[in-house]
Amino acid sequence: MSRIEATLAAIKASQRKALIPYITAGDPHPSHTVGLMHALVAGGADIIELGVPFSDPMADGPTIQLACERALVHNTSLWNCCAMVAEFRKTDGRTPVVLMGYLNPIETRGLEAFCQLAKDSGVDGVLIVDLAVEEAPDFAPKVRSFGLDLIFLLAPTSSDARIAAIAREASGYLYYVSLKGVTGSAALDIDSVSEKLAQIRLHTDLPLAAGFGIRDAESAAKVGSVADGVVVGSALVSQIEKHQHTPEVLPELLKAQLHGMRVALDALQASPEPALA
Amino acid sequence: MIYENLPDTRGHFGPYGGRFVAETLMEPLRELEVAYNQLKNDAAFRAELDKDLALYVGRPSPLYPAERLTKKWGGAQIFLKREDLNHTGAHKINNTVGQALLAKHLGKTRIIAETGAGQHGVASATIAARLGLKCVVYMGADDVERQSPNVYRMKLLGAEVIPVQSGTKTLKDALNEALRDWVTNVDDTFYVIGTVAGPHPYPMLVRDFNAIVGREVINQSRDMLGRLPDALVACVGGGSNAIGLFHPFIEHDGVKMYGVEAGGDGIETGRHAAPLSAGKPGVLHGNRTYVMADDNGQIIGTHSISAGLDYPGVGPEHSWLKDIGRVNYVSVTDTEALEAFHECTRTEGIIPALEPSHAMAYAKKLAPTMRRDEIIVVNMSGRGDKDIFTIAKLEGIKLL
Repeated sequence: MSRIEATLAAIKASQRKALIPYITAGDPHPSHTVGLMHALVAGGADIIELGVPFSDPMADGPTIQLACERALVHNTSLWNCCAMVAEFRKTDGRTPVVLMGYLNPIETRGLEAFCQLAKDSGVDGVLIVDLAVEEAPDFAPKVRSFGLDLIFLLAPTSSDARIAAIAREASGYLYYVSLKGVTGSAALDIDSVSEKLAQIRLHTDLPLAAGFGIRDAESAAKVGSVADGVVVGSALVSQIEKHQHTPEVLPELLKAQLHGMRVALDALQASPEPALA
Repeated sequence: MIYENLPDTRGHFGPYGGRFVAETLMEPLRELEVAYNQLKNDAAFRAELDKDLALYVGRPSPLYPAERLTKKWGGAQIFLKREDLNHTGAHKINNTVGQALLAKHLGKTRIIAETGAGQHGVASATIAARLGLKCVVYMGADDVERQSPNVYRMKLLGAEVIPVQSGTKTLKDALNEALRDWVTNVDDTFYVIGTVAGPHPYPMLVRDFNAIVGREVINQSRDMLGRLPDALVACVGGGSNAIGLFHPFIEHDGVKMYGVEAGGDGIETGRHAAPLSAGKPGVLHGNRTYVMADDNGQIIGTHSISAGLDYPGVGPEHSWLKDIGRVNYVSVTDTEALEAFHECTRTEGIIPALEPSHAMAYAKKLAPTMRRDEIIVVNMSGRGDKDIFTIAKLEGIKLL
């Protein structure tokens, strides 16, 4: 059982919801990333999605595009991202880390070399935003052969046929894009999210995390009431943007921000677990 | 040689092409593919398109013998395929007329487009005005600056022009922003991509709509000359005018083809926009193709005097044609393109856009290496009115 599967199984067993924060590696500076990852865990993160910066993040909104640009000023590479995870692992052997990014940086370095380094660095899963399942026939088995989970996105537009095809290739969890739009979008219709998640559950037993459009404790709790996990990205990255010139305040800020969502998610349970310190 | 009928059903040209986009767009792209495959064989759709191409665009465009340039440059006879005489002044309208008809048949009320030089934006705004569709055009902030006459033209036509401030503020960033718009507004919006790049089925359908250029050249050269040309020359940015000319000739092995990339300050300086000449395969904007990227896989900034060629990727069919050796991809520098611009203007009374000035510059090199009874067809893909401000600025002349 992978670290992601074990973590999500334990969360399910205790009737909790997974809280999955996203930050872009190297933002605002590569030297801060590992510290921020620990702060996210302290704030209640169950899994961390670490964004690999890309010059052309076409599925992301302006918030994460700017985060990528800040990280790329310091030439934050895929290799640097793996090194950050290795550093994080020195003191945290428990929290799964998923690298999330675009295909070109991986293909440029070579899939095999990347998988080897990711595994050696303590990475648990990979989410490639622009890798559709149809284009993954060689990719998916290779990633799995290194014991890495391959996380896929599902969208409001995904048909039953696509959901089934994606569920066959995916492992770890599925990430439901809860609205038609880019990361950081505003409108979130919880009824349609709930409906679509029910449709997806007909095809898979994998845990379903939902993201896009989750800004605060209230929206996290709303989505948490229908999904197995909640992904929050742009709301955290906005804080990083705001305080990029005083990065020393960021660990406490992100921890507090995430903790608010943790409390809201845990309050959903009949007998809530104590919030993480 | 027998060439496969590509792309295959998954949108691949050999190892290139495909559909590399976020999940939200996969189903809309599939729907577009299905609709296009139905409509392209639909007699009523074809008739409507042919009528528009004849009466609105003004097709067929002439195949013009450039006799004075031929004499000046020596060697092979140079003919110009006059896409610059189309309505809106470039080949781009061939594609936008086709895609806008598709949008109409799909019941979409809003079209969006990306644009570099502004020609595709103008062509999109034009057809949107005619069909009564709402039109939004994304354009890199630097290009808005460089191509202000076209920006104003789009606004006159009723389009909203959104300057894109992210990344390198050029065509690639406009494409990112248009894709984001489409992801968000996919229910009522049709994305009119202006070149043969992007996810499947765009490289195929943009090619098909532009292939009328090559088909006309086949007919015109048979009528006028009794045979096919010996060589074709076209500039390549994303590559839509080139593929439009080349595609119908692919199986005519005797016809040599030259795609001319923007060499900028020179390939050796790194300041250029020539992924086929100096890039490597990668994934950008929804397809696998040659791209300009650094060792970490980040897409790098390009440079060309021509906004329309200033793009770090290229249509996937070109990548395939390069690998199988069917088309020769070459490059010319900004300086060479400018020289050809002036020579064409002064010698033929035709002001070419800076994009086909690159094709002209290569024809100038190629012609003297060929016999006088041989024929070169250059795709004069657009007229240079939009570029006179750029040229004037380079020469230190202030207009207005």
